[in-house]
Amino acid sequence: MYDCTDIKSFSGVMVFCEAREGKINTTSFELLSEGRKLADDLGTELSGLLIGKDVKGLAGQIGGYGADKVYVVESPLLETYTTDAYTKVISDVVHEKKPEILLIGATNIGRDLGPRCAARLHTGLTADATHLDIDTGKYLDFLRESSTIDVDSMKWDMEDKGLKMTRPAFGGHLMATIICPRFRPQMSTVRPGVLKCAEFDQAKADSVVIEELKTDLSDADLKTRVLEVVKETKEIVDLLGAEVIVSVGQGIAKDPEKGIALASELAEVLGGGVVGASRAAVDAGFISGDHQVGQTGKTVRPHI
Amino acid sequence: MKYIVCVKQVPDTQGKVAVKEDGTMDRSKMAAIINPDDLNAVEAALTLKDSNPDAKVVVVTMGPPPAAGMLHELLAMGADEAVLVSGREFGGSDTFATSQILAGAISHIGIEADDVIFCGRQAIDGDTAQVGPQIAEKLGIPQISYAADIEQNGNTLKVKRVLEDGYMTIEADTPCLITCIKELNKPRYMTVSGILEFDKKPYSVFDYETLKDEPLIEADTIGLKGSPTNVYKSFSPPQKAPGRMIAANESGVKELAQELAAKHII
Amino acid sequence: MILDEKRLLMRKLCREFAENEFTDELLDRLEETGEFDWDIFHKMGQYGFCGVKIPKEYGGQGGDSLDYVIMVEEFAKVSPVLSLYANTSNSLGGGPLMICGNEEQKAKYLGDVASGKKIMIFCLTEPGAGSDAGGTITTAKEDGDYFILNGRKTFASGAPIADYACVLAKTDTSLRGSKGISMFIVDMKLPGVNCGKPEHKMGIVGYPTSDVIFEDVRVHKDDMVGKRDKGFGAAMATLDGGRLGIAAQSLGIAEGAYAEALKYAKERKQFGQPIANFQAISFMLADMATEIEAARELIYSTAIKKDAGDPEASKLCAMSKLFASEMCNRVAYKAVQIHGGYGYIKEYKVERFYRDARITSLYEGTSQIQQLVIANTILR
Repeated sequence: MYDCTDIKSFSGVMVFCEAREGKINTTSFELLSEGRKLADDLGTELSGLLIGKDVKGLAGQIGGYGADKVYVVESPLLETYTTDAYTKVISDVVHEKKPEILLIGATNIGRDLGPRCAARLHTGLTADATHLDIDTGKYLDFLRESSTIDVDSMKWDMEDKGLKMTRPAFGGHLMATIICPRFRPQMSTVRPGVLKCAEFDQAKADSVVIEELKTDLSDADLKTRVLEVVKETKEIVDLLGAEVIVSVGQGIAKDPEKGIALASELAEVLGGGVVGASRAAVDAGFISGDHQVGQTGKTVRPHI
Repeated sequence: MKYIVCVKQVPDTQGKVAVKEDGTMDRSKMAAIINPDDLNAVEAALTLKDSNPDAKVVVVTMGPPPAAGMLHELLAMGADEAVLVSGREFGGSDTFATSQILAGAISHIGIEADDVIFCGRQAIDGDTAQVGPQIAEKLGIPQISYAADIEQNGNTLKVKRVLEDGYMTIEADTPCLITCIKELNKPRYMTVSGILEFDKKPYSVFDYETLKDEPLIEADTIGLKGSPTNVYKSFSPPQKAPGRMIAANESGVKELAQELAAKHII
Repeated sequence: MILDEKRLLMRKLCREFAENEFTDELLDRLEETGEFDWDIFHKMGQYGFCGVKIPKEYGGQGGDSLDYVIMVEEFAKVSPVLSLYANTSNSLGGGPLMICGNEEQKAKYLGDVASGKKIMIFCLTEPGAGSDAGGTITTAKEDGDYFILNGRKTFASGAPIADYACVLAKTDTSLRGSKGISMFIVDMKLPGVNCGKPEHKMGIVGYPTSDVIFEDVRVHKDDMVGKRDKGFGAAMATLDGGRLGIAAQSLGIAEGAYAEALKYAKERKQFGQPIANFQAISFMLADMATEIEAARELIYSTAIKKDAGDPEASKLCAMSKLFASEMCNRVAYKAVQIHGGYGYIKEYKVERFYRDARITSLYEGTSQIQQLVIANTILR
């Protein structure tokens, strides 16, 4: 019997590992690394959920980033992402395995999938978290470092083991820590590139437990049809890995094209850098959203 | 045929952002605007209506009574009908409860086989991108998010759905829900006649009484009580040390280059 | 004045349209070529601006004078010349038909004018008849079902691009002064209608102005607007509405120039601080802001009174134009002054506002003619 309000019946941390074209994305590894810490704080196990067509071979990587167990669901219908198929499979696995925490990368796909799953599972979902805590003491350390709150003058429940999910709101002007006290699993999508990836552990990769789960997914479950998947030939803006970023802001309003050209030229001169942009510049339509940096855009760690 | 568009009034985070002492946003001090992505959703519906003149565009919002002003604006842009979902019982809703209420309101309007529901991808106050997909789930209809191009052929929609490194072309039958991004279109302006005659168009307010018999609307699925998530703490991020401005002239450039070189960055 | 929701939306629409569509590139192109920009004109038509004040039953939008002045003000704030694009159909172009056209004429012409499909202009001034409209020597001689027009009109705004012109001509040469003048709709494609070379103007560049020459032009008598020999009164009534429009344009120019000056005064540093800190500058800004407010209240209330049929309306329209046009010249002068030498350079927006401001106290009756109208009314 599955009851989303029966908190005690849920345990374990689960990470949805997004695999596209036979490759697990880096965000999933970041989530696994973070999930490991959360699971340790809870004294519970960390599992990865891997779904797709012929993806079992990737399970070892999930172990290498900290998972104790990998659930694998394979079906020809899972080859390309569809909201309907993935939502069904994830929800079915959650019904069966009852994890207390479910993390999903806040990629374009994760942000399509997460809310749909949360609605089906009748639980809360925090969008785009940038920081996660179980242990209240660690959360307070985080607040001391990243807020102006006078932490020590306030009362805190130090025994609380609920997931505290912190995210930017109002365009990054405000940070909010969200909790989901009455329902399980506690779900969050997590911003790519924010959490640090752990070292790959070959021993763990070799020893990870793989459990294959069956699915009764059928064609009738799929309400949308993917006609094609196209990789854009356009230059992918790799802000996350960039060493040099020349960022533009509202100041280019007078002549956006020239401003961006100038920034690209400078980035080039400084050693093949990338053009970043402020939210204001993106909102004003000067440049596409994949260039955006900062609280609401990508978290970057450039050299310059 | 109906195009139902869900819209939200949001504080303009581009301007000055006012934060109260308790760390929450002081909405009363900020200008209210129509959420930018939602304007793209409205434009998407109006564009489809341009080639299906018999279709009706219905805009729906949940919010306090002043949100009426935004609905008037959308009627002046060309929407045919507006619905304001407003009531004390709905206050304090998180995305789950909000989508529950909006799905209830849409059911109350009634979904027909050839209807399409549009949402903006996300609102600039919360940036969650959750309400659209959750409405679709609660209505039991397919969703296509991040739409950058929409084509309608009878009861079939073909949508270009944006990914980080490209796009997918997805087809779905109506009724279905689409969330729209900025790249989809350029929203039109209101028109002079639209402004002069918005008050002649149907306008309704759905309060709790109106919706209470909808199966989706239960005391424990809406409002603060029906919200699975709570805000545990909110705070302002610390101010970063201010950057240093270097003059935009030749000596400034030299200064910058010297400094970067001194730090072995270049 | 506290505006109701619809006026606030109208202001928002006009402001957004002007700020987004009147791009620097477009404004520079108008200035460089002096040519009419059809794309922006058609876009104005599409959104309903050309017919703001024209009644719905004749294909317009059915707004009133206040909607109209709000539009002209907002457009002029960004571009004084583009404010004329949507202005003409609502004032001097469509005005005579709205005031005294018959049903057939309204049905035939107003719809296309309101939607921006056709352009109608007003031809009053002649080389020998400016402020003294009674000096009109263009003649219209009856010939069966037609009138034959001969003469020359000058400074006809929009003539090179017009489809129709509303022309004042003497139908009874035996009558003196303003008597014996009738008004005709003339199709600009009729044989014998020719435009002179577009004038090189100081400002409002991008809205061509030229002479119109009529040589034995045969105009059907169905195209006579209003009563025969009574055209002058209709022309004066048309000018009332026109004056309100120029007052609104002046207001917009002043606001545009003021905004530039305010921004510049905060940015520009001298003696180690923004020049806005100096009373010499801040007091100028205070005066500018005050005069703008005063003009706006006068213009808005005149618009409402005019539509309500207030007997003082004609005088108030003249007062609005007199005050607003002189005010906008004062404000533009100060805006340039605040900019110092930079205000004399074409790259700065105030330079254009300054030149554009100058026309407002000249056309549709000089300030002195407004004073005459006002004086005649108060001394009557």
